Amino acid sequence: MLRTTSVDLVSAQEPTKRVPVGRRVFLGVTGLAALGVAFGGSIQNFLGNAFGSGLGGLLPGGDRFRIYSITGEYPKIKDSDYRLKVSGLVHHPKTFTLDDLKAMPVTSFTKTFQCVTGWRVPDVAWEGVLLSDIMDAVGIRDEAVALTFESYDRSDTESLTIDQARLSDVIVAYRMLGAPVTTEHGGPVRLYVAPMFGYKSLKWLSAIRVVDRVQPGFWEQNGYPVNGWLDGTTGPTNPDPSLT
Amino acid sequence: MTVTQTTTHHVVRVMRFDRVQRAAHWANAALFGALMFTAIPLYFGSFFGVVLPRHLIEQIHLWCGLALPIPIIVSLLGPWGRGMRRDVRRVNAWTRQEIRWLQTRGRSPLEADKFNPGQKLNAIFIGAVILIMLVTGSMLQWFRFFSVSLRQGATFVHDAFAFAIFAVVIGHITMAITHRDALRSIFKGWVSEQWAAVHASRWLTETRDGDGSPDAR
Repeated sequence: MLRTTSVDLVSAQEPTKRVPVGRRVFLGVTGLAALGVAFGGSIQNFLGNAFGSGLGGLLPGGDRFRIYSITGEYPKIKDSDYRLKVSGLVHHPKTFTLDDLKAMPVTSFTKTFQCVTGWRVPDVAWEGVLLSDIMDAVGIRDEAVALTFESYDRSDTESLTIDQARLSDVIVAYRMLGAPVTTEHGGPVRLYVAPMFGYKSLKWLSAIRVVDRVQPGFWEQNGYPVNGWLDGTTGPTNPDPSLT
Repeated sequence: MTVTQTTTHHVVRVMRFDRVQRAAHWANAALFGALMFTAIPLYFGSFFGVVLPRHLIEQIHLWCGLALPIPIIVSLLGPWGRGMRRDVRRVNAWTRQEIRWLQTRGRSPLEADKFNPGQKLNAIFIGAVILIMLVTGSMLQWFRFFSVSLRQGATFVHDAFAFAIFAVVIGHITMAITHRDALRSIFKGWVSEQWAAVHASRWLTETRDGDGSPDAR
């Protein structure tokens, strides 16, 4: 290269010199996304814990329910029409109305709803009846091993062992997020199985049958673990006491 | 020939997008459109069930997502991809002047390339999000191979970039329909030489000179 002043002046504002901005921006954006995948969950959890679920709700993707339905429809059930039929290996088969359920001892707590596909909603207020109390109300027989749950959508089914159903945070919920359970969340009455992934918390609960063996539900027949503990273990009982 | 004299209209046409590029653009746009259209009911649950059953919406979203990189890859890698490859190099390589133009948001002088810095940024962004959405979307579809923490991160990134994509695509379409000459070139391939002289002067000079510049044939 010629080292003269005039050439240097030209090269100082060299119009043809190229910078690979495209590559840099591409790598920068994809790198940012990779960091988001690696740490996004922790950031969301931190924000959720530090500021409550309100702030997270404003962030894209944070703290919001994704509404799933197997059939693509929401069964619409009037409160007065709602019935929960409990049958099978029980001493006193019974059909509960919504008022019947509300007349039973109330159990309420605040827990995270965690979907198996990765989204979560922290600090959801739940209220309903312990599944344990319902089992006691009908009196289960000695040969009972598991419960099978059915939905008003006529497609979804679920299962729990008797021991799982006896856990202190497994309820038949009629209130959620401080209000009656909405139709899209599975109202008027849904199951909420706090220590397991969301697919276990069947929506639009219509019937409970007490049976002598675990019958895998809809999602289990489609590949999800029958025992969907939040820590990823899939045994019938979970060793982690913090989950229950 | 890239520069064609059309005597009837006294408009000199300059080729901006060849057939392969136009086909790639519209295939890509159709996939983005289908993905964005199906994303809305998937994200805002209360919309679904109105038009199509959710299962069908999911399947459309999944398959369009998997097909997303195909138009770009096929149009770049084939023997027909010369125009695409040249423009990728243009989008990558920026002059100092272009960087400054972007930093001053268009207030500094610019001897414009075939694409101005804003258009280049749009292309880079779309290229990056195709990769990002494909990877994070696949993580959500085949979630069993990933820890809950990574699934949560993938959900976060997929959603955050979805918002960004809506903003950028709406901006892109707004710019397109308010700039008719440029818009015509993605349908018919050519821009007028007058337009190029104003909006892509450096590119026009290179094209005219034919000094080994990318668009000279």
